[in-house]
Amino acid sequence: MAKTRVIEIDPLTRVEGHGKVTIHLDDHNNVDEARLHIVEFRGFERFILGRLYWEVPVIVQRLCGICPVSHHLAASKAMDSIVGVDRLTPTAEKLRRLMHYGQILQSNVLHFFHLSSPDLLFGFESDVAKRNIFGVIEAHPELAVKGIKLRKFGQEVIKLTAGKKIHGTSAVPGGVNKNLSTAERDYLLQDIAQMRGWAQEAVDIARGYTLEHMETVRGFAAFNSSHMSLVREDGAMDLYHGVLRAIDASGNVIFDQVDYREFNDYLMEEVRSWSYMKFPFIKRRGNLDGWYRVGPLSRMNTAGFIDTPLADEAHVEFRASTNNQPNHMSLAYHWARMIEVLHCVEKIDELLNDPDLQGDELLLKGERREEGIGVIEAPRGTLFHHYRVDENDQVSFCNLIVSTTNNNEAMNRAVTQVAKAHLSNRKSITEGMLNQVEVAVRAYDPCLSCATHALGQMPLDVELYDAQGELLERKLRS
Amino acid sequence: MSKEFTFEIDGRLVKAVQGDTIMQAADAAGVYIPRLCDTEGLEPQGSCRVCVVKQNGRSVSACTQPAIADSKVENETEEIQGYRRNLVRMLYHEGNHLCPICEASGRCELQAMGYRLGITQATKYPYLQPVRPVDASHPDIVLDTNRCIFCGRCIRASRDIDGKHVFEYVGRGIHKRVGVNGDRLAQTNVELTDRAIDLATCPVGCIIQKGKGFFAPIGQRQFDHKPISLGVAAVDPEEAE
Ligand code: SF4
Ligand code: SF4
Ligand code: FES
Repeated sequence: MAKTRVIEIDPLTRVEGHGKVTIHLDDHNNVDEARLHIVEFRGFERFILGRLYWEVPVIVQRLCGICPVSHHLAASKAMDSIVGVDRLTPTAEKLRRLMHYGQILQSNVLHFFHLSSPDLLFGFESDVAKRNIFGVIEAHPELAVKGIKLRKFGQEVIKLTAGKKIHGTSAVPGGVNKNLSTAERDYLLQDIAQMRGWAQEAVDIARGYTLEHMETVRGFAAFNSSHMSLVREDGAMDLYHGVLRAIDASGNVIFDQVDYREFNDYLMEEVRSWSYMKFPFIKRRGNLDGWYRVGPLSRMNTAGFIDTPLADEAHVEFRASTNNQPNHMSLAYHWARMIEVLHCVEKIDELLNDPDLQGDELLLKGERREEGIGVIEAPRGTLFHHYRVDENDQVSFCNLIVSTTNNNEAMNRAVTQVAKAHLSNRKSITEGMLNQVEVAVRAYDPCLSCATHALGQMPLDVELYDAQGELLERKLRS
Repeated sequence: MSKEFTFEIDGRLVKAVQGDTIMQAADAAGVYIPRLCDTEGLEPQGSCRVCVVKQNGRSVSACTQPAIADSKVENETEEIQGYRRNLVRMLYHEGNHLCPICEASGRCELQAMGYRLGITQATKYPYLQPVRPVDASHPDIVLDTNRCIFCGRCIRASRDIDGKHVFEYVGRGIHKRVGVNGDRLAQTNVELTDRAIDLATCPVGCIIQKGKGFFAPIGQRQFDHKPISLGVAAVDPEEAE
């Protein structure tokens, strides 16, 4: 009997954490299905049980080495609810926002310049030895320096707002523990004009790439899907706070103006036997059609406008490139990501000029509640934190839906589509072709270690079935 | 009238009064001897051994050993600092210390001692990762024994100052831990105003006051800019401001 061939790409060389893709071929060397597997576990939902609620915003940052601020803030928002605070003082909200814009800026920049620009600048099938950040530094030294400095600026914003570049402590239940001193403000302001210019250049590069390679972009891991994000009540893009909005592939509203504390009425998570990462879906549309995408691309699709002028202009152009219809192209994530970078720089500028940040009303306290839900737009998309806290102040329940989990189905589809288009009927598998699969996954910027939060360290069990459901091969990894 | 005399600590002449411990004389002279189980206002107990010095060549704990006239005391020599480093490391490895997520971080004497002694890396010892309880039953106070270093400061403060006997050791050997006089903290007569609960009493993040965690921003915590030394011990983060 002919056996299905499995091609493994492991690990994805430039995705934080480790991922594993298996591509399943049939007897005729056609791709049957491709799956993205997650092999790293941290067991946070378990670990957090019994801990004290005010520790949670600090503890959850350990979930992710690349966007700890998002977890810090989502958990803080949930804990604001626990201490009965629905609206922070202006100083507290603005300090948190500033921190968040710094975070999105640095994370998006890191992804674009360090992880993805090699693919875009040199082409997916180019020499692997050159297709990395060192290749970029060699071929485009100026660009590499700008990327590094933009990211550093984001990190400085985080450091001055959170206390540390990574794993700060400034967001506490009900507010923050510090404001921004005038010295800190002036330090950041001196570079802002430069950053704005570089952010605009980054948008130009990403837009230029997308428009010049429209044919590739359109044919590469592009598929219709729904999109979801937080938006401000008036429809503006809002990365820190707002209501949930989901649209279908044609742009029709599935739900809008949803208070995120009620997300459980709208979303469900499906468990599939082959993956430790769950598959969320929109309840109303069922588990087959209810999947959706999140993140920069989705935010461009869901937002009616952007409330900063330069990013809004870029957004208008982005929307026009698909005739104001939702953009479904995975590679357009890069362009979207750079528009967000520009938006963040504009927002940081706006906030640095806001005297509220020097205010000293930092903390509020209300009536203690048992349940808290915090949602934020993290760099990779909508991030949900849901907790219950018992009468002793100890966490008794925790569920997180991280951005990458929201994109789980989409990433699997992207990989399958690319695999089908490029690997079927070919006898020899080139490095460039394998990399195309990676490029598809990387467009979603998955941070795989935080996307799985099952119990403790588990060995990964890879099983391979034929069309009749017969197990052909099984691999265990510890 | 008490008799005065002198002795040497690391070559420096120090005055003492008859009956002074080495630590008392050193403190009065402004010489810091590292310590964890000893703190101002409590009877010394001599259990952590971090204050061990050599008095005329013999290892003794400075917090309990009387000073001797004309003796030579070695304190911060490389040899003794090495012993201290090992002791402090073992304290880390015996409990569950995850400093980045601990609210005592920055005001914790164990952590500060680690920094003072130059411990910056994981060590050869295995982490014991004991399973220890968190008692959050009291409305104002939490006892997280994961971080307990068995200094007994809470026990002495409750017994000798508060007159309450809220805390005591339970279990033996490796299973020894701090327990409370009752099933849970909520059933004891402990109060927020007790000396045992004062944040300066517990040197680590074991006895904590509810809802105050992380109120002091990074950069404004007790040991953010000054190493642990004479007069720079843990204090309430609110008072530290
Ligand atoms: S008690 Fe001190 S040493 Fe232990 S985790 Fe907390 S800060 Fe670190
Ligand atoms: S609870 Fe704190 S004060 Fe009491 S013995 Fe443990 S470490 Fe020392
Ligand atoms: S301080 Fe002397 S033995 Fe602990």
